[in-house]
Amino acid sequence: MNGAQDLGGMMGFGPVVPEPETLRFHADWEKRALAVTLAAGAMGVWNIDTMRHTRESLPPAEYLSASYYEIWAKALANQLLADGLVSREELREGHAQEPPRPVPRVLQAADVAKTLAAGTQYERAAEAPAAFARGATVRTKVFHPTHHTRLPRYARGKRGVVEAVRGVFVFPDTNAHRQGEHPQWLYTVRFTGPELWGEGADPGLTVSIDAWESYLEAA
Amino acid sequence: MHASEDGPHPHGHDHGHDHEHSALSGNALRVRALESILVEKGYVAPDALDAIIETYETRIGPRNGARVVARAWADPAFREWLRRDATAAIASLGYGGRQGEHMVAVENTPEEHNLVVCTLCSCYPWPVLGLPPAWYKSAAYRSRAVIDPRGVLADFGVTLPEARRIRVWDSTAEIRYLVLPMRPAGTEGWSEEALAELVTRDSMIGTGLARDPAGAPA
Repeated sequence: MNGAQDLGGMMGFGPVVPEPETLRFHADWEKRALAVTLAAGAMGVWNIDTMRHTRESLPPAEYLSASYYEIWAKALANQLLADGLVSREELREGHAQEPPRPVPRVLQAADVAKTLAAGTQYERAAEAPAAFARGATVRTKVFHPTHHTRLPRYARGKRGVVEAVRGVFVFPDTNAHRQGEHPQWLYTVRFTGPELWGEGADPGLTVSIDAWESYLEAA
Repeated sequence: MHASEDGPHPHGHDHGHDHEHSALSGNALRVRALESILVEKGYVAPDALDAIIETYETRIGPRNGARVVARAWADPAFREWLRRDATAAIASLGYGGRQGEHMVAVENTPEEHNLVVCTLCSCYPWPVLGLPPAWYKSAAYRSRAVIDPRGVLADFGVTLPEARRIRVWDSTAEIRYLVLPMRPAGTEGWSEEALAELVTRDSMIGTGLARDPAGAPA
């Protein structure tokens, strides 16, 4: 969807403000937001693409005025509501008022290290050969779906070169909506600065995205 | 979008933060409510929350990536392995898992500088760099890195030679990118431990360079 998350090429947000690498959190609530988001995700009720879509579905003005942990917290509340795990009344009161629903898993402290170290594999076995080879010239499609997609607007309808064939990966556009993983070949596609940004673009700039096969056509 | 919610502003930028304190308490209340409800309903275990925070405060951070880079600088065979199969090479040092399942290492050269961004959200290689800094997730960085990377670098005090190409990697899938910065001159024969001290987090994102042995950025 063309939400506020799709920021590439926008202007007017001011300078980037560096911060020291020893600074992990700015406030205690950020730690708690991180922890509840990861622990709730570990229930296995939604997948990473579902949650990304819930975050980008925040109203644009709200998304753009929130810090990232605030986006996480608001999206977590919305996801829990959408899946019927909490009620609006509970969120208003700040306490449980109804019995829990059964969930697939509850992450225990003893399993945290193991779970984080395992991660989640998104690569799947190939069932068909890749349509494009390294070095192929491709063009990204132009589409504006209302559903989740990982093809940013600035890279739609652009000619690029396949720099790497990464393997077959879960397709977020369907996985986000629990319509199945429908794995596809994933490519790193490189574009020149002038192809993306036209007149006045830095000729020494190239930008790549990682694009699923259905985002691409031969050019 | 603020790079810093309540911390100091190290570079003296003056943004309008009038609403910051109310937003902060709003966030604190919102997150406390979520945590209470999730714990009371048994969806999350309180000590698991503490274990997650402890992990990212003390065990998983950018020093992990610095050790990977230092090994690559010191050991050509490791560097070749890292360029060919970064996930496996990084795992050999004990790092891997969440948000680093599919790693790719990209190498800076005198001809080309690499910069990593996630324009669509906040994708970042957690096992080697830890949690992303606030600026990496900010609208300012995500919007500008792909169209004006030299301007972004200037915000970090980095100016590259004009002839050096810039290669930006937008992390739109589950591949996570680690920049292998150039090894500073004058470090021949250094131990991996000493070399790792020269590797900054920002140099592994591409918004910085490795420190030079005299202490200033190379």
